[in-house]
Amino acid sequence: MRLRLKIWRQKSRSVTGKFVTYSVENVNPDMSMLECLDVLNEDLIERGEEPVAFEHDCREGICGSCGFMINGIAHGPLPATTVCQLTMRHFKDGEQLILEPWRARAFPLIKDLIVDRRAFDRIIAAGGYISVSTGSAQDANTILVPKEAADRAMDAAACIGCGACVAACPNASAALFTGAKIAHLGILPQGKPEQNRRAIRMVTQMNEEGFGGCTNIGECTGVCPKEIPLEVIAAMNRDYFRGSWRERDNIVTTIRPFTEWSTGSKLQIDPHASS
Amino acid sequence: MELDARTPAGPIEQKWDRARFEMKLVNPANKRKHSIIVVGSGLAGASATASLGELGYNVKCFCFQDSPRRAHSIAAQGGINAAKNYQNDGDSVYRLFYDTVKGGDFRSREANVYRLAQISVHIIDQCVAQGVPFAREYGGLLANRSFGGAQVSRTFYARGQTGQQLLLGAYQALERQVDAGTVTMFPRTEMLDLIVIDDRARGIVTRNLVTGEIDTHIADAVILATGGYGNVYYLSTNAKGSNATAIWRAHKRGALFANPCFTQIHPTCIPVSGHYQSKLTLMSESLRNDGRIWVPKQKGDKRPPNQIPEDERDYYLERRYPSFGNLVPRDVASRNAKYVCDQGRGVGETGLGVYLDFADAIQRLGRKTIEERYGNLFEMYERITDEDPYQVPMRIYPAIHYTMGGLWVDYYLMSTVPGLFVIGEANFSDHGANRLGASALMQGLSDGYFIVPYTIGNYLATEKLEPVSEVHPEIRNAVACVEQMTHKLLAIRGKRTVDSFHRELGKIVWEYCGMSRTAQGLETAIDEIRDLREEYWQDVLVPGSANDLNQSLEKAGRVADFFELAELMCVDALERDESCGAHFREEYQTGDGEAQRDDEHYSYVAAWAYRGYGNREELSKEPLEFEYVHPSQRSYK
Repeated sequence: MRLRLKIWRQKSRSVTGKFVTYSVENVNPDMSMLECLDVLNEDLIERGEEPVAFEHDCREGICGSCGFMINGIAHGPLPATTVCQLTMRHFKDGEQLILEPWRARAFPLIKDLIVDRRAFDRIIAAGGYISVSTGSAQDANTILVPKEAADRAMDAAACIGCGACVAACPNASAALFTGAKIAHLGILPQGKPEQNRRAIRMVTQMNEEGFGGCTNIGECTGVCPKEIPLEVIAAMNRDYFRGSWRERDNIVTTIRPFTEWSTGSKLQIDPHASS
Repeated sequence: MELDARTPAGPIEQKWDRARFEMKLVNPANKRKHSIIVVGSGLAGASATASLGELGYNVKCFCFQDSPRRAHSIAAQGGINAAKNYQNDGDSVYRLFYDTVKGGDFRSREANVYRLAQISVHIIDQCVAQGVPFAREYGGLLANRSFGGAQVSRTFYARGQTGQQLLLGAYQALERQVDAGTVTMFPRTEMLDLIVIDDRARGIVTRNLVTGEIDTHIADAVILATGGYGNVYYLSTNAKGSNATAIWRAHKRGALFANPCFTQIHPTCIPVSGHYQSKLTLMSESLRNDGRIWVPKQKGDKRPPNQIPEDERDYYLERRYPSFGNLVPRDVASRNAKYVCDQGRGVGETGLGVYLDFADAIQRLGRKTIEERYGNLFEMYERITDEDPYQVPMRIYPAIHYTMGGLWVDYYLMSTVPGLFVIGEANFSDHGANRLGASALMQGLSDGYFIVPYTIGNYLATEKLEPVSEVHPEIRNAVACVEQMTHKLLAIRGKRTVDSFHRELGKIVWEYCGMSRTAQGLETAIDEIRDLREEYWQDVLVPGSANDLNQSLEKAGRVADFFELAELMCVDALERDESCGAHFREEYQTGDGEAQRDDEHYSYVAAWAYRGYGNREELSKEPLEFEYVHPSQRSYK
C-alpha cells in the first residue's frame, strides 16, 4: 500500500509549526501506525532530514504514552484502540492521513506530535490516591469488596492517562480522566474515607490547569481506548457536590472574575483540617 | 573480588527479622536531612520513592518518559504471587520459597528468596489498602489463579492488567508524596552516568530530554530501578524505551554485573509478522491456565486448525509433563515450542508458531467467564492479528521477556559500589536462572516497599557522608564523559541508522544467545558483535543536535551500551559450561532434552567487573549453598 501522511511539524513551542506531507511506500497492512512512522523516519534520517518526533513506549496500548489525531479523530478511526495498536489494514491504498498532536491549552506542545501532559500528574497529586503509608495495611481479605464493585472499579481504573479524551472534547475538558480516578477510588470501600475531599481537590486542580468545563458532549468516551464510561463524570460531579456541602467548614472560597473556562470560583481545602 | 552477600546468620525464617533488628535506624527527625536519588519509576522505583518519602527522606525520582506512570511495569499482565493460602490448597511461605528456588534451577541465593516469599503477603495487603482493584469472588474476598511452575493457586490479578493496577497504586502513592513535598519528580530526564566519590555512590549525571541540558544531582545514596535489558535483542516484549544504560554506566563505574546470560524467553507471545516489526507482544502466562498448547502431529500440516481432528493434534506439554501440563515453567515451555517448530510442525505462515487453544475452556466455562478472565488480552490479540481467539486458536511463539541477570547486590540490595542500591528487574537476585510467572511484580514491590527503605536507612545511619562540592573533580569528570559521548555520536554522521544497527545486533544475540546456545555459536557471536560495534562507531547516522528533543540521539546512546552488554552476555554464556534454567547449552542436556546442571562446578553467581573498553571483563564467583532446598534435577513430569 501507499499512503500520504500530512503531519504537523513544529520544532518547539516558540516556533511556528506547519503541515508537511510525506509519501510512504510499501506499507504492509499488518504494520501498526507507529511502525509506519518508524519506516518514514528511517527514510527521513537516511535522507538527512529531521525525523518526526512522536511519543511512544509500550506499543501495546497500555502505557498511554502514544496518541495523536488521525483525520480529526483521537487515536484514529478504530474504536477502543490506541495508535500503537492501529493496524494499517484499516486504511485504503493511496489514502491521506492527517496527523496532529493533542490540542489543548493545558497540554502545551513540545515538538511535532509530542505535548506536555504533566497536568494529568498534578491532578493525581491533588487527590488521586488513598492515603495509606507503606506497612500500615491490614490483612487484604479483611476488606470485603463486592464483586460488582470490584468490576466497576476496574472499569474506571483501566484509564491509561493518554489524553485522548481532552483532545477530542470541544471544550478540552479533562472530566473523563479526573472522573475515572475519582470513580475508581470512590467505589471501593478503601476510598470512602477521603471520597469528598478527593473530589474537591482534584476538580479544583483540574480547573487550575486550564482544562475546559464538561457540557456532557460525550466525545471523550467515544475515543477512549479503554472505553471509560461517561458515568465516571457523574460520579465525579456527585462526589464534588456532596463534598461542597460536607467539607464546607474546611473550604476557603474565593470568588474570581469569570474566565472563559471556569465557573468563576476556586475552592481551596485546608489540608490540615479534619471533616 | 571477594563477594560478601552479608546474609545474616541463623535459621532462614528468622534472617530477615534479625536483620531488621540489627540494622541501624535513622532518627525520624534526621530523615529529612538525607537526600536519596531513585532512577526509574516502575514498580520497584515508584514504591521505593513513595515509601522513602513517607518515611520523611528527601527523594528525587527520575524517569525518561513524560510521566512516572509510563514505566513498563504497566504492561505486566497476568498477576502477582503471594503465599496467602487463601485457597487452602497447601500454599505457605515455605512452599513459595521452595517453588521459586526450584523454578530458578538452584542458581539463586536461598536467603533472598525466602525473604521474598515472606514479604509477599504484605504486598497484597498494601496494594488492596491503596485501592488496587484485584479480582474478587462473589463473597467479596480476593480471587486467585495458578501460574507456571506451581501446583497451587497463589496469583492475585486484576483482569489481564495486573501490572497496570499495581503500578498505578505505587504511582499514586508517589504523587501523594510529591504533593506532600518529600518527593521531587524529574520526568523526561535520563541518567547517563554515576558519580562515585571516595568509593561511594554520591549522585548521577542526567540529560534533560527536552532541552538537552546536562545536569548533576548529588545525594547521600542512589537507587537504580531501571528494569531489564531484554531490548539488547531489539525484538522483545519490553517497551521501546527500555534500556540498560543506567545499570551499564554504573557497571563501568564499579558495580559488578551478575549472570548476564540468564535471559528469559516467554513462551506465549504473538509471532513476528514482518521485518518492520518493532516489538513483540506478550500474551500473559495466565492464559495457560485455561488454554491448551498444541501443534499438528504431522509435519508440514497446513490445514486450518479447526479442520484438524483431535487425534491428529499433539498436545505436547500435556504429553511430556503430565503433572504440570501446560503450566510448566517458561524455559521448559519455550524450549519445547522451539523443538516442535524445528521439527517442521510449527503453525502460521512462518512456521514459527504453536497453537494456544481455548475451545475446551470456552465449552467448559462459557464464553462469559473467559471474557471476564482474559477479555482485554483476547481483544489485544485480535487487534494485532485480525483473528478472533474465541473462534480459532491463538498463534503464539516464544520471545524475550525478562532478564534474571542484572547488577550484583548483597542481602541489603546494595551493589559492589557502596551507596548504590539496585532493585527490581535491574538487579540479579532472587530468580536464579529462571523466573516463575507472577513473581516479577512480587519482587519489584518487595524490594521497593519493604526492603530498601530499611536497608538504605542502615547505610545512611552507618556511613559518615561528607557534603560534596559541586566542583568536585569526579563530578566534572563524569559530566565530561557524558558530553564527550554525546558529541561523538552526533559527529560520526555515517550512513546507517541506529535502528538498523540495533536490529542486526538483536538478530545475532537471538540466534546465538537465545533459547539454546553452543560454544561455537557463542564464539561466533562474540566476533560478530565486536565487528558490528566497530562499524557502529564508524558508520552510525544520528541526525539533529544535542540541544533539543532528539529521539535518535537517545536511542544511539542506549544501543552503544547494548553492544558491550551483548558481548558480556555471550562471554558469560560461554563461561558457564552447563545448562540451567533459561541458559541452555546444547552440549549439556539430559537424555530427554532437559537442562543438565553441573552443581559441582557451577553452583555460583557469576559476577563480572568492567576492565575498560574492549577488554575482557574479570569474573568473580559468589558460591551458592543450598541448605534448605536440595538441588535436584528439575522435573515437571
